[in-house]
Amino acid sequence: MAAGGPAEAIVPRRFRVLANRRENEDTFTLELEGLDSPDPFEFEPGQFNMLYAFGAGEVPISISGDPAAPAPLVHTVRAVGAATRAICAAGPGDVLGVRGPYGSAWPDAAEDGVDALVVAGGLGLAPLRPALYSLLARSAGGGRLTLLYGGRSPEQLLFDAELERWRAREDIDVRVTVDTAGSGWMGAVGVVPALIEKVEIDPARTVALVCGPEVMLGFTIAALVERGLPPGAIHVSMERNMKCAVGRCGHCQFGPEFVCRDGAVFPYERVRRLFGLREV
Amino acid sequence: MKTIADLLPEIPLFEGLAAEQLELLAGCGRNVVAEPGEYLFREGTTADTFFALRHGAVGIEISVPGREPLVVQTLHPGEVAGWSWIFPAQPWSFSGRAIERTRAVSFDGACLRGKCEEDHELGYELMRRVAIVMAERLRFTRMQLLDIYGRGEAA
Repeated sequence: MAAGGPAEAIVPRRFRVLANRRENEDTFTLELEGLDSPDPFEFEPGQFNMLYAFGAGEVPISISGDPAAPAPLVHTVRAVGAATRAICAAGPGDVLGVRGPYGSAWPDAAEDGVDALVVAGGLGLAPLRPALYSLLARSAGGGRLTLLYGGRSPEQLLFDAELERWRAREDIDVRVTVDTAGSGWMGAVGVVPALIEKVEIDPARTVALVCGPEVMLGFTIAALVERGLPPGAIHVSMERNMKCAVGRCGHCQFGPEFVCRDGAVFPYERVRRLFGLREV
Repeated sequence: MKTIADLLPEIPLFEGLAAEQLELLAGCGRNVVAEPGEYLFREGTTADTFFALRHGAVGIEISVPGREPLVVQTLHPGEVAGWSWIFPAQPWSFSGRAIERTRAVSFDGACLRGKCEEDHELGYELMRRVAIVMAERLRFTRMQLLDIYGRGEAA
């Protein structure tokens, strides 16, 4: 939860938009600088902020920047409603409200000999990007790092220039697939769980970080378990309707868990019984 | 030089089959090579073959009037293309085009059906394995149909 007492935790701070880059048809990456504090905005990979477009509304958005370089603050936002459309329309100089960071973090897989398997679907790559930055920065003794990323179409993929740079590196195996493509696409076509059977996995030393639509999570977890990964080695980011972000309002309740306070990153073992339950 | 029977155990569909069963299947197979852009099979033509990929990649395409073909799946080494051969005189529902230089074992469908009729144990085992591939493709196709990366809840 954000520093300070209960009142401070729900008061937004002002941030000015430095840059706004279009990622695809409806998704934008914004760089923000704080106006109310000179301190860098420290966060852990997997955490989120509540972004407030004044007069339009407030929404939970994962931080998509590098935790080792927290200034500027980076968010990747998809325009799907009034608040997100207003945030995505913000240009340099515009001011947004920010409160956070909130929520849990991806597990630290930087230990020597631990393999990290990062599985992202669609916009789910954004909350995983901070973890990828951290994993790419780990020492040479770190284990294998694999990114499996699935999108709707080649045009909808996020961070394409960065994906290209990562592909050129030897310390990460990047595999991208899309649901459908034109015949000019030279990459893979198919769903992201299908990639899991094609990569090398040592179940005894692998930690999986998974983020994407819930249907994709279910298929992905099933494929990981089939490859021998114990449920304790799988971590998922859940999406629910977060409003207060401090565990008070109950909008994001997921069984006994509050996604904003106890998640959004959960060990799969903790939430597995809730997967597939109706009305949870 | 490796014979077709030597190559088959490298393909997961045939893993664990007895040597004599592999010999029977190998009798229906031949090596083929497709250059990038070349079609291994075409939508609408008679599906009298079945391909097991050894190297390269193949895009499974469907034609859409008035626009370029849509690729709905890519297949990679170890995967198989086509099950219309199971029934005689069926047309291909999709086209298969090599994305990169591709080597595959191409099986004659009529020959395979004949072997399965002669040896029901082999036929059952082959159908069971093909059914597993079909079930997985159906599962993933349903996931694609859901368009899970489409617009989420408005906010």
